[in-house]
Amino acid sequence: MPTLAEKIFEDHCIEGEVSPGNFIKAKLDLVMGEDVTIPLALNKFAELGFTKVFDEEKVVFVLDHLLPTNSVESAEKHNKIREFAKKYNIKHLYDQHNMGIEHALLPEQGHIYPGQLVIGADSHTCTYGALGAFATGIGSTDMAVGMGTGELWFKVPESIKFNYEGKLPRWVSGKDLILYTIGDIGADGATYKAMEFSGEVIKNLTMADRFTMSNMAIEAGAKAGLIEYDEKTEEYLKDKIDFDYRVYQSDEDADFEDIINYDVSSMEPQIAFPYSPENTRAIGDIDEDISIDEAVIGSCTNGRLEDLRRAAEVLKGNKVKESVRLIIIPATRKIYNQAMEEGLFKIFMEAGAGISMPTCGPCFGGHTGVLGPGEVAITSTNRNFKGRLGSPESKVFLANPSVVAASAVAGRIIHPEEVV
Amino acid sequence: MKLEGKALKVGKNIDTDQIIPAQYLNITDSKKLGKHCLEGYKKDFPKLLDNETILFAEENFGCGSSREHAPFSVKGAGVQAVIAKSFARIFFRNAINLGLPVIEAPKAVDEADRGDVITVNIEEGVIYNKTKDSRVEFSPYPDMIREILMADGVTGYFKER
Repeated sequence: MPTLAEKIFEDHCIEGEVSPGNFIKAKLDLVMGEDVTIPLALNKFAELGFTKVFDEEKVVFVLDHLLPTNSVESAEKHNKIREFAKKYNIKHLYDQHNMGIEHALLPEQGHIYPGQLVIGADSHTCTYGALGAFATGIGSTDMAVGMGTGELWFKVPESIKFNYEGKLPRWVSGKDLILYTIGDIGADGATYKAMEFSGEVIKNLTMADRFTMSNMAIEAGAKAGLIEYDEKTEEYLKDKIDFDYRVYQSDEDADFEDIINYDVSSMEPQIAFPYSPENTRAIGDIDEDISIDEAVIGSCTNGRLEDLRRAAEVLKGNKVKESVRLIIIPATRKIYNQAMEEGLFKIFMEAGAGISMPTCGPCFGGHTGVLGPGEVAITSTNRNFKGRLGSPESKVFLANPSVVAASAVAGRIIHPEEVV
Repeated sequence: MKLEGKALKVGKNIDTDQIIPAQYLNITDSKKLGKHCLEGYKKDFPKLLDNETILFAEENFGCGSSREHAPFSVKGAGVQAVIAKSFARIFFRNAINLGLPVIEAPKAVDEADRGDVITVNIEEGVIYNKTKDSRVEFSPYPDMIREILMADGVTGYFKER
């Protein structure tokens, strides 16, 4: 019997037969790109001879990686993207006045709904699976084809179900669940597969934590990270989507390739050691002192309001160690405003943190916190590859926002309960 | 499609940041990107790559970002084909779309040493290590993927239609 992923493909298939492993052609509901990947896509769009986009409402451009611009070249790229958007009447260009990090921004702005088939020229496009959409990262050529035709070929993936049961301990979040999972199955543990996150613990997670989990499905190699629609999804969407959408669920006896069960009751915050998100350890198992130079709270993984609240909870009344640079990056303009109105900025500033405008910034080593040789950072981001935040001789540890904030105070990686 | 070159090997989980570090993402020319291919893996690695290279890798080659700059740089460096134990999904797809042959063949990876002379026959699905006199077969590509590869990528494929 079909899984959630297969049902969404079935609904969009225009050529071929939907069955895991088969190649099909499918109709797209949304094509997204960002400022690093769009320029190559525009070259391809021209090479392919397209003269218009398939649907001006269904193509979304986001300037987020290199906003604010970090070089003359990136300024030129942005202008090229703006010109294209104007010429081809692209309805949704997110620039500085309506900015945000794509994967926090698109759901917030009502571009994402259950049952949708989305491609994005950015690997973390899988984030939208948290709303029950099949969303997957592709490259610039696929983006160009998608923009021009509204169709793309896919290999229908097998699905793996992950059940999380038990009671989630304090200081343990969606970030820890997904880091633990990647540590368990490996950085290629779900390659080509659709992950489906399920169970009592997922039902009780906030939407923010669900986005975090789906966001990092790609770090296990997955094509999508899906979460079934429920009342929390409905609540999240009610002021964002004003049309009817179709909701799918995996059948009771759906043909999952594997079902993996976790009991989370005794889980601790997880830390991913360099140079892969699969190198995870429970924080209590770390038996060395790891001093840090920089701490980053932000990104499409953990830059949402709930993440900033968690950081503020730890930072309130505390001071960031003088030798540490704590950089906080609210993921969208809306989140930035909310954080400001709630008084979180006052807590951050009094603690000695720096607050940046929304941007991907340091997360991909672009700007706003690039690391030098020998430097060590702890971040709430998604990748700790060699050189990811700058110098190949730097090191990045991944953690949840509470742990990052606590470590910024201590100057070394510690459990939040040591600070709060 | 027949390829011939010399083997060069890299390890496991070679991510797209190692293939093409972020500082080069403003470049959109394949040859210029090629000059920095795998620079994040080892600083001097790009100098080892030329149009006689057949690159061998362990598991999960190309994991991470969707940046097409990664396979574009591999192609721009002249690399004939990448043969790996496995590929990350987005890299695999991007490579095919650009007409860069990517082949999963674990046995061929284990057998190859740096400098071995390698031939690849894409249609027949055969990798032949001349130096070791060893032949490894791989599953032929599905029709659509083979057609895209033969057309040197999606651009050629669309034009042919």
